[in-house]
Amino acid sequence: MRLELGVIHISDVQFGPETSVKDGTLYVDQDALVAHLKENEERLVDVKVHLARPGESVRITPVKDVIEPRTKVDEGVQVFPGTVSKVLPVGSGRTNVLRGAAVVTIGKIVGFQEGIVDMCGPGADYTPFSQLNNVVLEFTLADGLTAYEKEEALRFSGLRAATFLAEPTKAMEPDEVSTFETLPLMEGAKKYPDLPRVAYLQMLQSQGLLHDTYVYGVDAKKILPTLINPTELMDGAIISGNCVSACDKNTTYHHQNNPVVEDLFAKHGTELNFVGVIITNENVFLDDKIRSSDWSAKLAQYLSLDGIIISQEGFGNPDTDLILNCKKIEALGIPTVIITDEYAGVDGASQSLADADKAADAVVTGGNANEIVILPKLDRVIGDINVVHVIAGGSDKSIREDGSLAVELQAITGATNELGFNKLSAKGY
Amino acid sequence: MSKIRVLHYINQFFGGIGGEEKADVPPSIREGKVGPGMALQGAFRDEAEIVSTIICGDSYFNENLDKAKEEILQMVREVSPDLFIAGPAFNAGRYGVACATIATAVKEELGIPAITAMYEENPGVDIFRKHLQIVPTANSAAGMRQAVADMVPLALKLARGEEILGPEEEGYFPRGVRVNFFAEDRGSARAVDMLLKKIKGEDFETEFPMPVFDRVDPAAPLKDLSSATIALVTSGGIVPKGNPDHIEASNASKYGSYSLEGFMDLTSETHETAHGGYDPVYANQDPDRVLPVDVLREMEAAGEIGKLHEMFYTTVGNGTAVASAKQFATEIGQKLLSAGVDAVILTST
Repeated sequence: MRLELGVIHISDVQFGPETSVKDGTLYVDQDALVAHLKENEERLVDVKVHLARPGESVRITPVKDVIEPRTKVDEGVQVFPGTVSKVLPVGSGRTNVLRGAAVVTIGKIVGFQEGIVDMCGPGADYTPFSQLNNVVLEFTLADGLTAYEKEEALRFSGLRAATFLAEPTKAMEPDEVSTFETLPLMEGAKKYPDLPRVAYLQMLQSQGLLHDTYVYGVDAKKILPTLINPTELMDGAIISGNCVSACDKNTTYHHQNNPVVEDLFAKHGTELNFVGVIITNENVFLDDKIRSSDWSAKLAQYLSLDGIIISQEGFGNPDTDLILNCKKIEALGIPTVIITDEYAGVDGASQSLADADKAADAVVTGGNANEIVILPKLDRVIGDINVVHVIAGGSDKSIREDGSLAVELQAITGATNELGFNKLSAKGY
Repeated sequence: MSKIRVLHYINQFFGGIGGEEKADVPPSIREGKVGPGMALQGAFRDEAEIVSTIICGDSYFNENLDKAKEEILQMVREVSPDLFIAGPAFNAGRYGVACATIATAVKEELGIPAITAMYEENPGVDIFRKHLQIVPTANSAAGMRQAVADMVPLALKLARGEEILGPEEEGYFPRGVRVNFFAEDRGSARAVDMLLKKIKGEDFETEFPMPVFDRVDPAAPLKDLSSATIALVTSGGIVPKGNPDHIEASNASKYGSYSLEGFMDLTSETHETAHGGYDPVYANQDPDRVLPVDVLREMEAAGEIGKLHEMFYTTVGNGTAVASAKQFATEIGQKLLSAGVDAVILTST
């Protein structure tokens, strides 16, 4: 499967009479955008559109999801299959990407598992979304909806907005084109007989109760581990539907720009043969954990792998899935590297993970999520600053008298990402 | 720059007062360097000077913990040094615990840089490694020269307020404290590089060494409960009223063994908890909630179990070092085995 990504660089975002991209500026027709979203989602009562650019003194919270605007150039098919577009296979042909722009959805759902994005200052160093030109959608939903209904309405509306912004660039000549290709197994083996066969096992958050991920529209709780082409991820085959701790939830943006996929492709054909992606889930029942980890290991063996990278999402309970996957695949003689993050306490002195095994001898960490950071007061808040009292990583003392925040990294969207999206790490002292 | 003023802490043995028979001497302070202070002073050259030395008996310190600590802290306050050095203690257990306790107190309560050194199996290491830098030494004073050479550079850095790097760079026992930093490459790129090295069999360094959890295989099930002697052992701190052996509320240094003869039911009249890590109200109201003597007596009377073992063993699990817990368990296990106990019910909190 072969996909061309046509990258259109975005360096500014402005409101305009027509949604379009000119000279690196994304213009947003906000009336048309709002009308489009309301037309497709009757549960939306109100949508406010805000713009936030890198370096501005702006704090956005509570952030639910971040989505990169992308559109298929090919006719008849669109990104995010099975959710806001038809269930058609994606991952081949041409996709245009508005690189440097994002849709950020905000709005209260459960009230304690959404995050902060600062566009400047020390908080900006921890979230990759401070570097983007953000179209922030603040949703108000109809009364009487359950949290699950609200979450779904926001999830779909965010995806629709991202597609809406990118669609006008279908015919545009991109600034650059990158090509990604995964060969059928036998062809790949023949073409790269001397390179180690490497795959990527991506664990999808599926603990339920607003901790869900969707694959072509299917709730990941209900899947058995399966194979997927890496380019399908680039076309939005996997999307986020979860409200877990902000620091280590994978937003849809992370899925679209999965860094493990990118970095394996970067060495594909030279240092390794990137065979493909196995996806599995992180269900809460022990039988599911056992079944899924057995299945992942069987697939790893079936693919005749020489090595595999395993990424996690979330913490605590999923630590057990991570260790089960690692242990079972190592037991088959296939070397693993796992990517996780740590909850070592505010002082960094507690046990970092809820499970451990000596087989996990190669670990990459996204850092200690309990570390406290001070975020100075910023000029403008998009959303509601008072949620900082209740979101995971905040406390009733988080908003200080001078307006600055004292929060755990946990509260910052994407801060300790377990796909390895960031440079943050931790070491022992 | 003026010389760094150092205060040195040593025990009665290294202070030349005497051996075990003098271990109960209270703390005293002398001007200048004493005993191992000579070697330290040599290594300091002109950068630092030992202005005073505190000498305290190991038994005195450990048996009068709060009092001894306060007496010594008062001496430290009066000298107001730039740096506090305790030991090295090598493999002397009580000396090591004293060094680490007082160095931690000086660091945390007075804000004065403090350091100590001892052998890796000294219980002071496990109990205090999180709190301060402890430099590894040999297991006896024969390693004094090396210990001093290893301690001094780190001690001077601490005194000067310089950045302290990781345990490998600086030579101290890993404190088990995780600190965030921004790496050169993003995590996914680090993972790909690590995997390629691992596949090729090259050296690689994990970013998080897995903690070692002891996994104990469950014992084989009892064949016949009705003839079995069952013992109760707890880390929930249940002790006879008044805590006769003064088991500490936290980080216990001992366990107690007490008779259950004649007790059908534990009450607030007879027993209580010594544990300082949980709300003791409910355990004190009815100690059976932590040590279920009442239920086992009923089972004994009904013939469901052979009998309840006449002794119970107890300690406080709150903040107690794994090393201490292991030592208690080994001793208790031996006693239970020689008493012919068939099975044990372990309760925690």
